Amino acid sequence: MNAATNQPDILKAVPALERMFRFQWEEAQHAYVLLYPEGMVKLNDSAGEILALVDGTRSVAEICAALEQKFPNAGDLSRDILEFMEVAHEQRWIHYG
Amino acid sequence: MSSVGSTTASTLAKEAAREKKAHGQPLWLLAELTYKCPLQCPYCSNPLDFAQTGEELSTDQWIDVFRQARKMGAAQLGFSGGEPLVRRDLEQLIAEARNLGYYTNLITSGIGLNAQRIAAFREAGLDHIQVSFQAADEEVNNMLAGSKKAFAQKLAMAREVKAQGYPMVLNFVTHKHNIDRIDRIIELCVELEADYVELATCQYYGWAYENREQLLPTQAQLERAERITNEYRAKLAEQGNPIKLIFVTPDYYEERPKKCMNGWGEIFLTVTPDGTALPCHSARMLPIEFPNVKEQTLEQIWNESNGFNHFRGDEWMKEPCRSCDEKENDHGGCRCQAYLMTGDMNAADPVCAKSPDHQKILDARASSELDHNEEQILFRNERNSRLNTRFNTREHDDERVFARSS
Repeated sequence: MNAATNQPDILKAVPALERMFRFQWEEAQHAYVLLYPEGMVKLNDSAGEILALVDGTRSVAEICAALEQKFPNAGDLSRDILEFMEVAHEQRWIHYG
Repeated sequence: MSSVGSTTASTLAKEAAREKKAHGQPLWLLAELTYKCPLQCPYCSNPLDFAQTGEELSTDQWIDVFRQARKMGAAQLGFSGGEPLVRRDLEQLIAEARNLGYYTNLITSGIGLNAQRIAAFREAGLDHIQVSFQAADEEVNNMLAGSKKAFAQKLAMAREVKAQGYPMVLNFVTHKHNIDRIDRIIELCVELEADYVELATCQYYGWAYENREQLLPTQAQLERAERITNEYRAKLAEQGNPIKLIFVTPDYYEERPKKCMNGWGEIFLTVTPDGTALPCHSARMLPIEFPNVKEQTLEQIWNESNGFNHFRGDEWMKEPCRSCDEKENDHGGCRCQAYLMTGDMNAADPVCAKSPDHQKILDARASSELDHNEEQILFRNERNSRLNTRFNTREHDDERVFARSS
């Protein structure tokens, strides 16, 4: 919980997907989705790109760096990424190891 | 975020609506593997005449259905029944489904389950197990299930499901006989460490319709249960407990009907044990010929069959629905409920206060205030299913007495 509210800490924190959820690409919907018991969340492009890097080993800072490298013209992405991490944590899609 | 977690149906419905197609894709496949079941719950959603249906699909036929549906976009697969554990090929079906990329859900009574089988399912790739309970105390549970050992077995299996690391949903169908113990139900679910709890008020189709007088709670019972559920939600959230309590209100106490299946043939595809494909698991009762996966591809069934196109759009609507400014909200309500209560499947769902048949709902509410003899419960079993079919229940009330078990 502390990691999600304190910015310097959160950059070092390592997010992992909650066991309840499965993250995968759905070809029929052309989108990444989160699947959970009898339900599904369709993710928008940026949420999908971020969650694709959440693997329980990369820190939030590393995820930011990887995405900025992948999308060099997008500028500073860290604010958007931190915002998403907060939502994902609130929704209990991810936890910090 | 464009979409944030919520219950299945509403999330999926929004996605379906966003699609520009005439109708959505089948995102949810419910595989009713068998009608066989060791329990006899008097609100079972299986058809009254389940004992009369044809031979069950083979392992290969099921796998072919899974492949086709997955290709069309289905992401959730529910293994249901009857009791799906009765199928000896369940491990194989789970493994195939998981390989295809489905999120696999086992919807079970827990009867016939053991630790070895739970482990085998895990190995096959099963994602989640839902265990249904009939009540939170042994006596009522076993009375409703028609089994003396059911409750102890369910408790043991729910503990084992969690011990083996699955996400777990507990499902309690609530009604007159257990709704006053909703506090105990919730406490049991917390103790068993459920991730989600469905406090699903009985809906009155099929067997439950036959038993409505014995099952429908009063308005006061319902309001109390909802208030207590809300109190627990607040208390559990305060304690940081992530358990989610999902309270489903019965139609009978609403003034507007629900949007049946979030749109007929929009999201859900049910395949019954003999291969009949349905837009909703109750729809078999309607006087419509539904297609069978043994005879047609799922593409043909979903896109072209009369059964699936029947209530798409609003051409079929009658007044008061046709000119109603709320018709987009509820699409006229549940077709099965309209048919059961009015004999006309194109009529407005009588739950709607604008329906000319709404008095039937008001009468049912009034009747719930009266005492009804518990011994008159019609249990769901093969014998009663055959008798029910023979005596064509709703037409011949006198003869129905023969089909009652005590």
